[in-house]
Amino acid sequence: MSLLTDDQKMLQETAASFLAEEGSIAKQLRHWRDIACKDGFGHGLWKQFADLGLTGICIPESQGGMGMGATEAALVLEEIGRNLTPSPFLATAVATPRAIEGTGHADRWYPGILSGESVLALAVDEGPRHAPQRTALEAKRQGNGFVLNGSKQFVVQGGSADMIVTAARTAGSPGETQGITLFAVARDAKGLEVENVALVDSSKAARLTFAGVELDADAVIGEVDQGWQRLNAALSAGRAGAAAELVGLASGASAMTLDYLRQRKQFGRLIGEFQALQHRAAHLYAEIEIARAAALKAAALLDAGDERSELYVSVAKAKCSDVASLAVREGVQMHGGIGMTDEHDIGLFMKRDAVLGELFGDLYYHRSRVAELSGY
Amino acid sequence: MTDLDAFRSDVRDWLEANCPAEMRQPIRSEADVCWGGRNWNFQSDSQRQWLDATAARGWTVPDWPKDYGGGGLAADEARVLKEEMQRIGARPPLTSFGISMLGPALLHFGTEEQKRHYLPQIARGEIRWCQGYSEPGAGSDLAGLQTKAEDKGDHWVVNGQKVWTSYADKADWIFCLVRTSTEAKQGGISFLLFDMETPGVSTKPILLISGSSPFCETFFDDVKVPKEQIVGEVNRGWDVAKYLLGHEREMISGMGLGGGGSLGAAMKPADPFLRAEIAAFDVDALAFAAMSERFAAMWKAGEAHPASPSMMKYAGTELNKRRNELAMAAGGSDALEWDSDRSKKGRPSRDWLRSKGNSIEGGTSEIQLGIVAKHILRLPGA
Repeated sequence: MSLLTDDQKMLQETAASFLAEEGSIAKQLRHWRDIACKDGFGHGLWKQFADLGLTGICIPESQGGMGMGATEAALVLEEIGRNLTPSPFLATAVATPRAIEGTGHADRWYPGILSGESVLALAVDEGPRHAPQRTALEAKRQGNGFVLNGSKQFVVQGGSADMIVTAARTAGSPGETQGITLFAVARDAKGLEVENVALVDSSKAARLTFAGVELDADAVIGEVDQGWQRLNAALSAGRAGAAAELVGLASGASAMTLDYLRQRKQFGRLIGEFQALQHRAAHLYAEIEIARAAALKAAALLDAGDERSELYVSVAKAKCSDVASLAVREGVQMHGGIGMTDEHDIGLFMKRDAVLGELFGDLYYHRSRVAELSGY
Repeated sequence: MTDLDAFRSDVRDWLEANCPAEMRQPIRSEADVCWGGRNWNFQSDSQRQWLDATAARGWTVPDWPKDYGGGGLAADEARVLKEEMQRIGARPPLTSFGISMLGPALLHFGTEEQKRHYLPQIARGEIRWCQGYSEPGAGSDLAGLQTKAEDKGDHWVVNGQKVWTSYADKADWIFCLVRTSTEAKQGGISFLLFDMETPGVSTKPILLISGSSPFCETFFDDVKVPKEQIVGEVNRGWDVAKYLLGHEREMISGMGLGGGGSLGAAMKPADPFLRAEIAAFDVDALAFAAMSERFAAMWKAGEAHPASPSMMKYAGTELNKRRNELAMAAGGSDALEWDSDRSKKGRPSRDWLRSKGNSIEGGTSEIQLGIVAKHILRLPGA
């Protein structure tokens, strides 16, 4: 594996200073939470993402984007994770573009993504646990189009989205990859009920109820019945991205905890002097380094179109979920009582980790997928 | 075609012509490893040919300078060579502590004369080295070592005892930490090189729980060592020792990679709980493999923290212990057999028992965590 190029290092520095400054917990997460914002993020900040060109990272240069890939997205997402910055970046700029690329929907939506005016969402899950192959939402042919019946949940920013890429079943039965079709559904489509749900981390995800939603044939993204590959590409980008965001989150929680170990005194000593805590902190450090390597490896393989990318995307999501969870649990425990207060930020890392860990499949889902892809 | 592509093509042709078929078979046991040395009995003509051919090109140590018996390859050329050897399943022509530990320390701290004398012998596999570090009273607290070297004008006289000396009974020479001053703990240690056939040196193998004896007790009774056989300055041997330990830890961390394959794919666990444990392990092992690649690139580029081999050693050895625990569980009662041919003479159980030493040798896991806490995390009082 090669290290970062100079361009990548520059992007990393840009993202790091922008997000530490503008995307800080006080300015964004706490601000929008405390005023009970309906979107859970600030459109002003999203516009700033666009002004820096960040929303176009995964959009081809020929269509006005930066034509970069999963590695560059990972660098930005690590900084987002470190600052717990609420934004539509992962869903709108990283995952969804992969679902619509090369279609008329890309021509329709890329400009809005690039300008920071559009928010896109991806609707996959139908139960409380991620299981894309089990897609059951029914899309029946009707005249020249389709009519959709069923439900979706955990649609990140679905309540704020202009368009929701929706996985539906046009053939076969739940469990089969054949017969899944992707549709571009407007949030205000007739028959679509959107319940905007606040999650534990103050982010918003929607529950969608499709009651006879009628769509034209041109709402289909790609080929009818053949949506699995596109869906999987979007999920891979989303999973690798979530893994990178989890690495940033783990690093942020760990840095905050190490600071605390260096200042908090008990028994007349800094608590960081206690070996019981030093060894746990050192173990966590090793785990975060390994998680970062896994996330960057998955991104590099995706960018190279390597056949092992599927395996490594699941390795990365499983490992990074596992490690970030350790980081936030250790973080709250090592902070002691102050870590249990709403006033302190460490608890916010724990809340965000719970959501990101679940998104696009948790560690159990991805461990199992690693086993399947490895042939056992 | 780029220069690197041309190099790859040359390497391929050369390997095709020079790597014997037998040397492309997987290593089945310790007996297949070529350690070299004055008394080395080549397992076969192929093993000898393979060592001679690679040594002639300096490819036993591809990235060492040509003047010292190396191949003088740039980092990307060395990587290509490694990839091409892996591609055909070529065995390492030579495995030695001279290559993995002493060589790097000599390249860094040795005099020009020492480099020209010792390094080519290492590269050609002529001298087999062992490491005299631990003592009965100085394990984790290595700098507490007591083996004494007295200055007798034109030579040193060494007295004392080492323990856990890997392959001391098979080695030709030793690199050895000795106390040359009692004024300071770390600052009273020197780094000596001497021949194991020097009068006064004796060794006694230690039988391990695995049934093998890779380690010895080593005794020094008035051993005379020529004055110039010191690496670095008198009482500055701790710097050399620590530098060498970094390389040792980096080498040991490679255990985390296992054979490279998926444990689950090899074991096909039917029990769902075991499958889940093994899948969790495989995730960690693949993530560690990515770390290992990244670490190597960062280390070569000078971007890795000097204490990071401690992190790698800790992670790699803990992972290898887990691999062996799970392999025993998946193997069931088959894995308990001790000397049957069916079990390749108890390979699973012996490997499992031997792996317990991984997180002890080269500095315990607890020592590594302490180093990370102090030097990387900068925690107070560590």
